[in-house]
Amino acid sequence: MMANKLRHHFSETEWKITIVEKERDHYYQPGFLFIPFGYYKKEDIVKPIRKFFPKEIDFLSEEAERISGEENKVILKNGQTIDYDILIIATGTRIVPDDTPGLKGELWHKKVFDFYTIEGDEALAGFFKTWEGGNLVINIADFPIKCPVAPLEFAFFADDYFTKKGIRDKVNISYVTPLSGAFTKPKASEMLGSLLGRKGINMVPDFFLGEVDNSGSKIKDFGGQEIPFDCLVTIPLHSGDPVIAKSGLGDEFGFVKADKNTLQSTVYTNIFVIGDAGNYPASKAGSVAHFQAEILEKNILDFVNNKPLSQSYDGHSNCFIETGYGKGILIDFNYETEPLPGTFPYPLVGGPMKLLKESRLNHLGKLGFKWVYWNILLPGRKLPISAHMSMSGKRTD
Amino acid sequence: MAQKTYAGITIDVNEEGYFTNPSQWTREIALEVAKELGITLTDQHYAILEFLRNRHNSGEALSIRSINHSGIIDVKTFYQLFPGAPLKKATKIAGIPKPASCI
Repeated sequence: MMANKLRHHFSETEWKITIVEKERDHYYQPGFLFIPFGYYKKEDIVKPIRKFFPKEIDFLSEEAERISGEENKVILKNGQTIDYDILIIATGTRIVPDDTPGLKGELWHKKVFDFYTIEGDEALAGFFKTWEGGNLVINIADFPIKCPVAPLEFAFFADDYFTKKGIRDKVNISYVTPLSGAFTKPKASEMLGSLLGRKGINMVPDFFLGEVDNSGSKIKDFGGQEIPFDCLVTIPLHSGDPVIAKSGLGDEFGFVKADKNTLQSTVYTNIFVIGDAGNYPASKAGSVAHFQAEILEKNILDFVNNKPLSQSYDGHSNCFIETGYGKGILIDFNYETEPLPGTFPYPLVGGPMKLLKESRLNHLGKLGFKWVYWNILLPGRKLPISAHMSMSGKRTD
Repeated sequence: MAQKTYAGITIDVNEEGYFTNPSQWTREIALEVAKELGITLTDQHYAILEFLRNRHNSGEALSIRSINHSGIIDVKTFYQLFPGAPLKKATKIAGIPKPASCI
């Protein structure tokens, strides 16, 4: 996104853009949610990453070993060194199941599954095909996690999937979270919590995962609670890329320390960060990176022109939440404003999307987003939605 | 805004009883807030309260997981010191906002 945006501003004789990318394939990550239920297959959500980079730039299919902010260099695993004037970090976040005792034990990908990697996804899809029911436990180890609404969507999809399979009465679904409710923000938490209840999904709040007991098929928290499972769907702890910690740029979880508004590193002024690699208190969701890209584009131009950074990211996030049975909810919020009910994005014509309310159109919006992602967002084209959150159409009562 | 009196001092609190002005906090006040929650504070409690307050003052997010990096206690001990919902109780006693967690 940033390469596609910035190349229009820089002349090739003065500036060179280089991308260092360790992956060959790029996954449409919102699609990970759909794979365990057979709604998508791997080939539906993956494309070669090369396809999305502009031809004018240098592309290195290599992994970075370390960033030396002192020397303005990126050192690659193959020993090569790249000098930079400006560095944009987009190394993302990843799951670290090894950080929880027993999680990656003998039941891993047999009865214990993640759905944040293609491997976990495909293993779970295989398991669900022949599963005859029992205790399905969905557990979030702790926040922050990528796409904080995904575990809820998983619970709603599971209810829909096992109902259609005719074995819902044999599947006991529990949603086990370290939070005190279904979500962090009051209005959305209340709405989503009652939706879980209506769908017969049992919510267990304030559960902080301590360990997984493989021989007893139980999860245990530090407070002494134990929950037995026949199938555990885990959202493990998340960390930043190891290169961040090695380079002294991150907090204790390896997320890049950065200003939450300008997206500039708080350690080196010529380093910027975008998306879920940063330690700012924004959602680790795709929409955040897309909104930030517009802010960052202008701030980088300011930086190049020796001007103060003029743009401020407000924490804007916008997420579709799948609720099963062909319906969805849309939420729109930022650092200061919690998700509120109302209409989006055009209040005068009443939407067409409804906020914090189930509708068929919100579900279609989510499905249509895949096309938008590949064809508008990654190529750096602009969406007709403001990078800053708008109160227009939102009800605060 | 709601107010409560601890150790003879009137404190501004929100509807859940969390301090809205962390600078009003003192160790004596903490002792009384803790008593309300059924906890008797020890030096180890105070050490973790200071850790949470410092972290809050420097604008960093608070999480149960970050306790493992405090260098004071691990998560298991944190649960023993503040039984039930340790982060919620500890932040209340430390006079800082209830952690919003990450969204």
